[in-house]
Amino acid sequence: MSGIPHDHYEPKAAWEKGLAKRLPVVGLMYDTLMIPTPKNLNWMWIWGIVLTFCLALQIITGIVLAMHYTPHVDLAFGSIEHIMRNVNGGAMLRYLHMNGASLFFVAVYAHIFRGLYYGSYKAPREITWIIGMLIYLLMMGTAFMGYVLPWGQMSFWGATVITGLFGAIPFIGEALQTWLLGGPAVDNATLNRFFSLHYLLPFVIAGLVILHIWAFHTTGNNNPTGVDVRRTSKEDAEKDTLPFWPYFVIKDLFALALILVVFFAVVGFMPNYLGHPDNYIEANALATPAHIVPEWYFLPFYAILRAFDGDVWVVIAASFLTGGIIDAKFFGVVAMFGAIVVMALVPWLDTSSVRSGRYRPMFKWWFWIFVVNFVVLTWVGAMPAEGIYPYIALIGSTYWFAYFLVILPLLGVLEKPDAQPDTIEEDFAATVAGDDAGSAPSAQPAE
Amino acid sequence: MLKKLAASMVAAFALTTGAFAAGGAGKVENIDFSFDGPFGSYDQNQLQRGLQIYTEICAACHGLKFVPIRTLADEGGPHLPEDQVRAYAAFYEVFDPELDDFRPATPNDHFPASNLENAPDLSLMAKARAGFHGPYGLGINQLMNGIGGAEYIASLLNGYVDPPSCAPEDFDGYYNQTFGAGGYPEECLDEKGKHKYPGSWIAMAPPLWGDDVEFADGHATDLHHLSEDVAAFLMWTAEPKMMARKQAGFVGVVFLTILSVLLYLTNKRLWAPVKARYKKK
Repeated sequence: MSGIPHDHYEPKAAWEKGLAKRLPVVGLMYDTLMIPTPKNLNWMWIWGIVLTFCLALQIITGIVLAMHYTPHVDLAFGSIEHIMRNVNGGAMLRYLHMNGASLFFVAVYAHIFRGLYYGSYKAPREITWIIGMLIYLLMMGTAFMGYVLPWGQMSFWGATVITGLFGAIPFIGEALQTWLLGGPAVDNATLNRFFSLHYLLPFVIAGLVILHIWAFHTTGNNNPTGVDVRRTSKEDAEKDTLPFWPYFVIKDLFALALILVVFFAVVGFMPNYLGHPDNYIEANALATPAHIVPEWYFLPFYAILRAFDGDVWVVIAASFLTGGIIDAKFFGVVAMFGAIVVMALVPWLDTSSVRSGRYRPMFKWWFWIFVVNFVVLTWVGAMPAEGIYPYIALIGSTYWFAYFLVILPLLGVLEKPDAQPDTIEEDFAATVAGDDAGSAPSAQPAE
Repeated sequence: MLKKLAASMVAAFALTTGAFAAGGAGKVENIDFSFDGPFGSYDQNQLQRGLQIYTEICAACHGLKFVPIRTLADEGGPHLPEDQVRAYAAFYEVFDPELDDFRPATPNDHFPASNLENAPDLSLMAKARAGFHGPYGLGINQLMNGIGGAEYIASLLNGYVDPPSCAPEDFDGYYNQTFGAGGYPEECLDEKGKHKYPGSWIAMAPPLWGDDVEFADGHATDLHHLSEDVAAFLMWTAEPKMMARKQAGFVGVVFLTILSVLLYLTNKRLWAPVKARYKKK
């Protein structure tokens, strides 16, 4: 499967040969599990397993929850309470599913930031990156529709606000919004289609995950140095790599178990910590909550959406140039989706030939500002749009776009990268020696 | 890299969730409930007292439409004997669509819904209100004290104090220093339009004054004890499976910790020969 030379599956027994001739499924599994993986992967390379686990967890708990849930405006809220009170293990299932979504997003953000720091999006892994971004978009859609299903106050008003964004699109907006909602407002038709899609999309995600894995198994994993595995011979390749099973499976499972300790503590002891109390009030179209706040994982983009109000000069200019077709609301919508689009285009925006941020002295700084900026945007996204918060949101949103559209293209030209190791083996040996001397470098590969 | 990233993630968490609860500006005091913290559990006697207060006072206007009466017999709840639950159920009349008439309730029926249009259902009230609005910690506050729903209810019941002198005598409702979502007289706003005093004016007349009920075991019946008892009961109606949940969480944490240790040792052992090759050099 991968371009890295390695051993392949050899069917031995007669039935194995017979099966391999007809359906080479064992060979496929063998090649997938035994894929040569760079020795020097550090602890930021464990999120893939965590994400796979999350998808499985959400699908399994979700299928059982769907057996007891009723997608009807009069019954949905009550059916959740039925799950919480009468279904065997229902409360636990529901809390696992609810907090599973949060774990999913913690993992996906860590995974994305790892990719951004180590240049995992760069050639030849652009397709892996694009598929990853599609998965991320579908995750957001799925999570958003899932949050509507309990039919609490935040479900209803969150759905109203977010679907309202589509109404901001010039000319076709209103018709599009009505089409999406199945009526003039969020109602039974909306709840039904959200339930249907919430059940469908995870399986689309699962399909894309297979493509995502297939893509990076074809190019080989990136690694903390960004240096390619030697492919000149099997012997050389084996100096740089180890098979995925057992070395990385065990390592990743250890990390997963550790993360699940925290996850189970949250589910068991504070399951409503990340939720909003208003969602325990049944949806009421006549009473608007004081603050409509999306789930935490949407907050950075919610902040970007709200940052561009009618007082910002770019918005005024855009409005003037288009004769008012682009108003502040539509501008915000474009900015929000644009924020994800520029991130998806990063393989072509980053002009540096060096993959790993480890050898890019200037990039490092900008990257960490980007991470801090992400946290700040998350924070202002939860704040009311008044006082100083809109200014912070505006600065943060500007930096988001500047990072992808200005800083990354320029850095490739301006920056003088540090020396990179010649081989992955060299980096691994240096890290092992570093561990031995007791002065662990910033990134430790294994253990 | 890992540490920094982890730290920022945690910070993002902490900042946002603290902010979530922001809103109504009432006064809520922390109460040391028996069910606080990872090992806290409901006090069965307190839940039974709370049930009595609910039945004799709250139920006049409010309802618990999501709570099946039979769950009063559940372990980890008030844990009433079955015959008492049956007798308790018979107090209520429910409308049976099959009979097209009212009949006495059975344990399988739910508590009746609210009698009054503007009296909210109390089934989930303890989860629908957050008493603690911060600080922007790491969630330790919520881990040890919960979200503060029960505290909010108790504070609200205790929160009827004399209205500030700025308010007109005939202002609609009753001043409550915990309730944030009610009416507020213009006279009590400062120059910036902000509330000078915590809370607002609530439509509900003070429901408890102290000595409103008499407990068979002679337990204290002053206002603060009564409001804590009924708040604990409403925490149970909102989260009846809390004990089972905490136990599952505890078992999960213990087993996953053991698994982590085993996997750590396996991993170390697995990689040792690979690393040994580079250590000697």
